[in-house]
Amino acid sequence: MKKFLLLLLIVAVYLLHQDFWNWNSKELLFGFLPVGLAYHIGYSILAAIMMAILVKFAWPEHLEKSEPHDSPTEKKKGDDHR
Amino acid sequence: MIPVIVVFIYLAIIAGIGFLAFRKGKANTEDFFLASRTIGPMVFFLSLFATNMTAFAILGSSGLAYRRGIGIYGLMASSSGFMIPLTIFFIGTRLWALGKRFGHQTQVQFFRDRWECDFIGTLIFALSAAMLVPYMIISIMGGGTVLQEISTAKDAAGPLIPYWLGCGIVAVVVTVNVFFGGMRGTVWVNIFQTILFLCFGFVAMVVIGRAFPGGFGEIISKIAADPKTSFLLTRERMPQTEFWSYTLIPLSSIMFPHMAIMCFSARKVSAFKRTVIIYPIAILLIWLPCIFLGVIGASAIPGLKDSDGILLRLLNDNAPAWLAGILGAGIISAVMGSDAHQVLAMSTMFTKDIYVHYGGHEKYGEKAAVHFARGFILIVTVIAYLIALYLKSKQGIFEIAIRFAFSGFAAMAPVMVAALFWKRSTKWGALASTLFVAATLTGFALLQGKPALPPNAPAKPAVAVAKLDATNTAKLSAADATNQPPIGVKADSGDITIKTSDATNASATSAPVPAKPVVAAAPKPKLDIIWQVGDHVILSRAPITGDVRFWNCQKDAEGKLNPAGGYMTVVPMVFGSALLMIIFSLLTRPPSRETIDKYFNAPRN
Repeated sequence: MKKFLLLLLIVAVYLLHQDFWNWNSKELLFGFLPVGLAYHIGYSILAAIMMAILVKFAWPEHLEKSEPHDSPTEKKKGDDHR
Repeated sequence: MIPVIVVFIYLAIIAGIGFLAFRKGKANTEDFFLASRTIGPMVFFLSLFATNMTAFAILGSSGLAYRRGIGIYGLMASSSGFMIPLTIFFIGTRLWALGKRFGHQTQVQFFRDRWECDFIGTLIFALSAAMLVPYMIISIMGGGTVLQEISTAKDAAGPLIPYWLGCGIVAVVVTVNVFFGGMRGTVWVNIFQTILFLCFGFVAMVVIGRAFPGGFGEIISKIAADPKTSFLLTRERMPQTEFWSYTLIPLSSIMFPHMAIMCFSARKVSAFKRTVIIYPIAILLIWLPCIFLGVIGASAIPGLKDSDGILLRLLNDNAPAWLAGILGAGIISAVMGSDAHQVLAMSTMFTKDIYVHYGGHEKYGEKAAVHFARGFILIVTVIAYLIALYLKSKQGIFEIAIRFAFSGFAAMAPVMVAALFWKRSTKWGALASTLFVAATLTGFALLQGKPALPPNAPAKPAVAVAKLDATNTAKLSAADATNQPPIGVKADSGDITIKTSDATNASATSAPVPAKPVVAAAPKPKLDIIWQVGDHVILSRAPITGDVRFWNCQKDAEGKLNPAGGYMTVVPMVFGSALLMIIFSLLTRPPSRETIDKYFNAPRN
């Protein structure tokens, strides 16, 4: 259920990008900000909120357990420092 | 002169940081290419963002906004703010984990192992390298443009630093930084650069805003009141199909080798958390001022032939010299931050995917691999510099990047998604997708019309003046995909002047162009059909730019197809690539149990 809701959130935010209702609007907010631009400023903030939700509820914690490989740094200690 | 001095001080600092990193470095490839995978969270964000932001984010975006208006923000910035962090979240974190577990340093190393196939890796390497080079070139071109603009005094006949020298200076400083410092030097520089160009937008807005007596409100009202410029405040000339198509372009971000390689360099996966949340806001901070000022510039300085220079012109005209220098350095930061990573990525790929893979490491050892990488950095920068000089007179910054790099890398995203998340995907599916991307990229490049002004191109205003000028070919970006020529040229008279390169270019739209200046009535642009099945226009070319469009079904009020309508080529490329991946994977034998266990079972990735 959680996965489904998060997927729904992603799809909804994606669809909100196509704001056809603002396409030809010449309205200005605060006397200088075109409404189409103001909408997408808000959209950017929404995208950040969406990512915060994903980090909170869908963070791939299992990746933290990834064991490191034997790196050349470890193998060649002593012969590589300048 | 003062701005030039300020920028040179900045460049000296960059080179100095490279030397400092050199002293701290170790002579092995993991340290040179990935800073021994030790990049912390905040530095990771600053560096990844610098990697992603190119000259285009500042110069190209304002130049496009100058011609097409505020819609550019939604078209590119907010769509990137949605898609790029999402791909970093789902793909970047997985790449990091695989790099940590199996030692991968490039995407190709992962693909070769995941698909149990050397050839697929070599093929993807060749395709990636071919698509990355144009991206490197626009960075150098951007640097050359910036230095040329800021070194041009108001009353001077020419710039103090010509374009060729500006490109050379940027190339040399980047080379010094990467050659000596590797990933560590690049990342250290990125911290300084990202902070500088994040501040750039805010300062530029304040300084330029104060220079206009009535503030932004008055100049925006003027734009809205003028029928020739009012479209800049809406998206009325921007096809919705194009707007949607652009949402697929940011899929390219994580597929760019320098972005993927950055993901391998983080110390912990938790470094990604802050990055993906801040990313959309950081894009907002960079793009919004640039686009807003680009629109303002269309009214304040109409008639620019090279609109990519609008921001620099506004700064030169409205900021004190020392501040213009610092702001110029901010723009150079964006240019060089990405360029350094691109050069390093090319070097990493050649060293790891070719030199090491084909036995160079075993034969000559680890230290020799680092020497090889450094030698390659020198060669690739010189080549990119020479191409940047050559292409200056052929293409605009934006066209090169979008046609050859962004679309191609975006179409490779299904291969990465399948490799990471679909056990059943096979090397044959990956091979089919990769060949499809290479074929469509080549095909669309061949079908691409040469950008030119057809005699009937400008829809508004009603009179067009087309002048042939054999010396000027650089202003192709002055036209746009919806066939608006640069606005405001000869705005007072209502005329539009556009220079085309030569008779060949001008005739690319299959209409003859007279050899002398003409004044002609401007009927609506015609639909240039490439392939039609029944009533369905499958492929067409947009007037002026010659961009290939897919599936044009947009009709105007009279029921006629919009010549600029249709989807961008990235749409069939991405969906075609995904479809082939699925079909060929299902038709062929699944990967070995060993590979599936390695990548999908214990431990999970």
